[in-house]
Parts: sequence; C-alpha cells; structure tokens
Amino acid sequence: MNAAWTVFLKEVRENLRDRRTVTSALVMGPLLGPVLFVMLMNVVISKQLESAEKPLKVPVIGAERAPNLIRVLKQYGLQPQPAIEHPEAAVKQQLADVVLRIPASYPKAWSKGEPAQVEVIYDASRQDARAPVRRLKDMLQRYGRTQGAIRLLARGLSPGVSTPVVVASRDQSTPQSRAGQLFAFMPYFFVIGVFIGGMYLAIDLTAGERERKSLEPLFVNPAPRWKILLGKLGATAAFATASLLLSLLAFGLAGKLLPTEKLGMALDLGPHFAAVVLVLMLPLTALFAALQTLVSAFAKSYREAQTYLSILMLLPMLPSMLLSFLPIRAQLWMYAVPLLGQQLGITEMLRGGKVSPEQALLVLVSGLIAALIAALVTVRVYATERLAISA
Amino acid sequence: MIEVHDLHKAFGEVKAVDGVSFDARDGEITGLLGPNGAGKTTTLRMLYTLMKPDSGQVRVDGIDAAVDPVAVRRRLGVLPDAHGLYKHLTARENIDYFGRLQGMEAALLAERRDALIQALDMADFATRRTEGFSQGQRVKTAIARALVHDPENVLLDEPTNGLDVMATRAMRTFMRKLRDEGRCVLFSSHIMQEVGALCDRIVVIARGRVAADATPDELREKTGEANLEDAFVKIIGSEEGLAA
Repeated sequence: MNAAWTVFLKEVRENLRDRRTVTSALVMGPLLGPVLFVMLMNVVISKQLESAEKPLKVPVIGAERAPNLIRVLKQYGLQPQPAIEHPEAAVKQQLADVVLRIPASYPKAWSKGEPAQVEVIYDASRQDARAPVRRLKDMLQRYGRTQGAIRLLARGLSPGVSTPVVVASRDQSTPQSRAGQLFAFMPYFFVIGVFIGGMYLAIDLTAGERERKSLEPLFVNPAPRWKILLGKLGATAAFATASLLLSLLAFGLAGKLLPTEKLGMALDLGPHFAAVVLVLMLPLTALFAALQTLVSAFAKSYREAQTYLSILMLLPMLPSMLLSFLPIRAQLWMYAVPLLGQQLGITEMLRGGKVSPEQALLVLVSGLIAALIAALVTVRVYATERLAISA
Repeated sequence: MIEVHDLHKAFGEVKAVDGVSFDARDGEITGLLGPNGAGKTTTLRMLYTLMKPDSGQVRVDGIDAAVDPVAVRRRLGVLPDAHGLYKHLTARENIDYFGRLQGMEAALLAERRDALIQALDMADFATRRTEGFSQGQRVKTAIARALVHDPENVLLDEPTNGLDVMATRAMRTFMRKLRDEGRCVLFSSHIMQEVGALCDRIVVIARGRVAADATPDELREKTGEANLEDAFVKIIGSEEGLAA
C-alpha cells in the first residue's frame, strides 16, 4: 500500500477517536457560523420589522404652538410624547432617539405665510436612531409639500409650478440582492468553518506528534517524507472538507428557519448554492491544510502552534472587512485572488447573481496553485533535520 | 553489518561528533558506551539517516546511507531515544501502522506482528489503546513496532532507560535472542554494568570521539584493571556522566 494512503487512513482513524478534534472540527467549526448567523439575522429582522410598522414615539416640545401640524403628523403615525426639558442632552445620553421642537416663532411665521421653522434634534452618529430620524423628517416634508400645494391652489396656481423636476425612483434591486447586502459577512463564516475544521489536525499531526515524540520513529520508516506529509495534508483537508459540508447543511437549514420573506427578501441556500460554494471553497481546504501545517512545523510546541494559528485565522477576515468598508466593483482578475475570489463569488450568489464557469475556474485554479506552492514550501520544511527532533 | 567511517557532526560551534569510526558485525551485540552528551544519540541519528553527517560515511549491509537513505532505513530496525506511541491506537494498531509504512503485505504483517506479541509477552495488552500504558509496556510496543519488518540490523538508543528490574532483564534476554538469530545489534547506554553484561564488543565514546573499541576482555587487559568499571573510568578519564 502507498505510504501516503497509509498515513492518511491512520490519521483519520486516530483523530476520529479524539473527542477534542472531533468537537472542534465537526461540531464547533461548522456550527459556529450558522448559529451566529441565525442569531444576528433574527436581531436584524426584528429590528427592521419594528422600525417599519410601529408608531413613531417622539417627544414634542411646544406642540400647542402647531395644533394642525401635530394633528396631521398623528395621522401619519406619530405618537407625540410629553415635552422633555433638555432635549440636546437627552439625545446625547441616548434617552431619546429624536426630539421635535416647535419654536415660539412658529405660529407667527405660519400665519404670515413665511417659512416656519421646526427643529429636529438628533445625533447622526447613532446607528440605531437613524430609522426614526428619517421617518420623522419624511413626515415633516410630506406635511410641508401638502401645505405648499394647498397654498398655491388657494392663489389659483397649479402646484406643479413649484416642482419643476419630479424624481421618479426606479430601484433595480431585487429582494435577493437586498438580502445579499445584509449577508455580506456570510462568506467569512464558510471560510472560518474550513479553517477551524482542519486546524486541530494540522497542529496535532506535526507539532503534536513532535511533542509526543512519535515523529522521529515515524521518519525512520523507509517512506519518503513528502509522502508522509502528503498523507497528513490529505487527512487535514478531509476534516476541513467534512466541516465545510456540515456547515453548508447547517446554513441550508438556517435559511429555511429565518423569516426573511417578511422583509421582502429571498434567501436561497439550497442545493445549487451549496454545490457552487463547495466548488469555490475546495481549493481553500488544501491551501489552509498546507499553511496550517507549515506554521505548525515552525512552532516549537503544540501551544505555540495554537497561538500562531489563531493569529493566522484573522487573515481570511481581510477580504470580508475590505469589501464591507470599500465596496469595490468586482473585476474578473479579483476572482484569481484566493479568499477574495471566494468572497466575491459567494456574495454574488447571495445577491441572486450567478458565478460564471469562467469565474469558478479562475477561483479553482488560482486556489489550487496557491495550495501547491504552500505545500511545496511545507515539503521543504518537512525535509529539514530539526523537524523531527523533539528535545 | 554497520560500518561507520570518520563521522563528523557539528551544531554551530559545538562538535557533537568529531571523527567516530567503528564496525558493528552480524551476530554480535555492539554497545556504544559513553557519558551523557558524549555524542551517542547524534551518532545513532546519523546511522538511521535522520541527520546528515558533515563528513564521513555510514554503510549498512554495504549500502551508503548518503546515496540511498531509504534502502538503509529498510534494513534497520530502530528504537530511538524518543519513541512516543499513538495514544488513540491500540498496541496492535501501532505495530500495524509501521508495518504498512515498511510496505509489508497484510498476511506477512499479521504473522510477524503476532510472533512479536508472543516473543515480547504482550498478549494481555496488545488490543488496548496505549494511553495509560506503563513504561515497560510502552517500550515493548515501540520495539515490536520497530522490528515488525524483520530487519537484519537493530539500533536501540538507551533501550533500558526508565525500565524497572524485571523489564530490564526481559529486554536483555530479548537482545541476546536477536543476536542469536544472527542479527547485528547496536545499542547505546551510559550504564557500564549493562554494557559489560551484554556486549560482544564495546565502543567507548567520549567528547564526540571513540576512546576505545574492543571486547570486554581486551578492555580489562589493555587498562590493567580487573574490574570493567575501573577500566571505563580510566579510558574516559572521568567518572562524570556515567552510571554503574
């Protein structure tokens, strides 16, 4: 039997008997993403539903100065709250999201037919207050437009005179693409699943074996070291792939559980999505296996390898973070950058788009080349004398 | 048959092995005796091709280790100083793993493995996972694993380290059995009594060099000491790092 295959079988069998490895590779790795995802999405969805449907409660100062305005705003869905004393401080201290103040000058300006000022007090840096602020401003503008039209009609003019340009919005987003925007962080969950899936094996099969002093007798066997390494890389990649498959399954279930249609969004995490993600992610299982083993070969102990690898785990976050801060237009060459290609492809799928065969091939080939280079470097490190020496 | 000619190995400034030559013949037990840090383990590591010598030559059954290290390793059964087992595998599975890496056929492997389990008296723990094994059980498993492919040459680095009296006696009996089967047995030790009791030939190593290479009788004669222990101390020039 071929030495690499022998090593592969032994490592898979031994690690399936190790509870810690199995928990991290086949439970933690694949489930961490979907669980976080469901939790986050539930928060996002309930917040969105809340802000869209609930009556808007806003403290109003000087409501008695504009009874007509308040009456109409109530029709629009505003629930005026009693006035508060220091609105600016209240907004800053997050006691109120937004406060409406009608100044003493309002009735006078209104009756003269001059622009009457109302003040909206808010803090633009507060993410959670954005929806109520926008809703209040919309209501006020709507009131202003209606009143303006009435005044023009009263003077015998067409309201159209004051609106030389009308903007008609033609939103080209689909429910899918709006969902995609929300789910931009999902590719990272797949990547992290693959990373954690192989991590413990990579540490255990090199740094761990050296620490337990079994690497030296292993290398005394008449098998070339690159074959032994190949078996170990294969076992690591196999666990990572198993983790990826479980994670796709879990995401498929999560997609069914989430009430995304309430937001008018469609989220398709079905078999087709899973198959494409699997193809895109496969080269990463090999690339990560090689990189993790390489790091593990340099580490002096199991613990040291663990430390290095938790730092390496931040690397796959880069494209996710980059793309959420700098929304760039996807170019074809970007699919040839490992990690970035996966990020773009999966995001495109979530937006309801398609990954073309050309793009998929680019992701696959570039990923496999990167994995091969990493594996060749690891072979060189594996061939060094000091690798086997435990003490 | 193992031939070692003028081996040198330095780690930075430190000359760990500084011109070691000796032969270990078939049907003999050859002992590498020396204090801790004398260069025994480094010499053995160059023999089983884990390390490359800076200069010098190692030949096993006539094969140059620098030219064909894989063929050399095929002819060696090695118990290194570090001989960790796989704790999630049973003793049998540990042995089988190495047998397959030696490229053995399944039927032959099963036969050899069972014979070794008999010979080393391992039957009552062979199907248990090695986690929690005693030191003696560990060494037995490691030996069976190293010899499963029936090698002509056997290298043992400090094989009795950490063993109790009974296990040490069993180990010595087993080494004599290997010799009587006509194999070349080479082992290292820093225990004088052990080397004296077992060896047909003694190679004394001190500070990376061969200080003596003779039979026990020749050693006593050469130094004029009737007692082997005194003979060793005289050769090495110090008692440091040796154990009776």
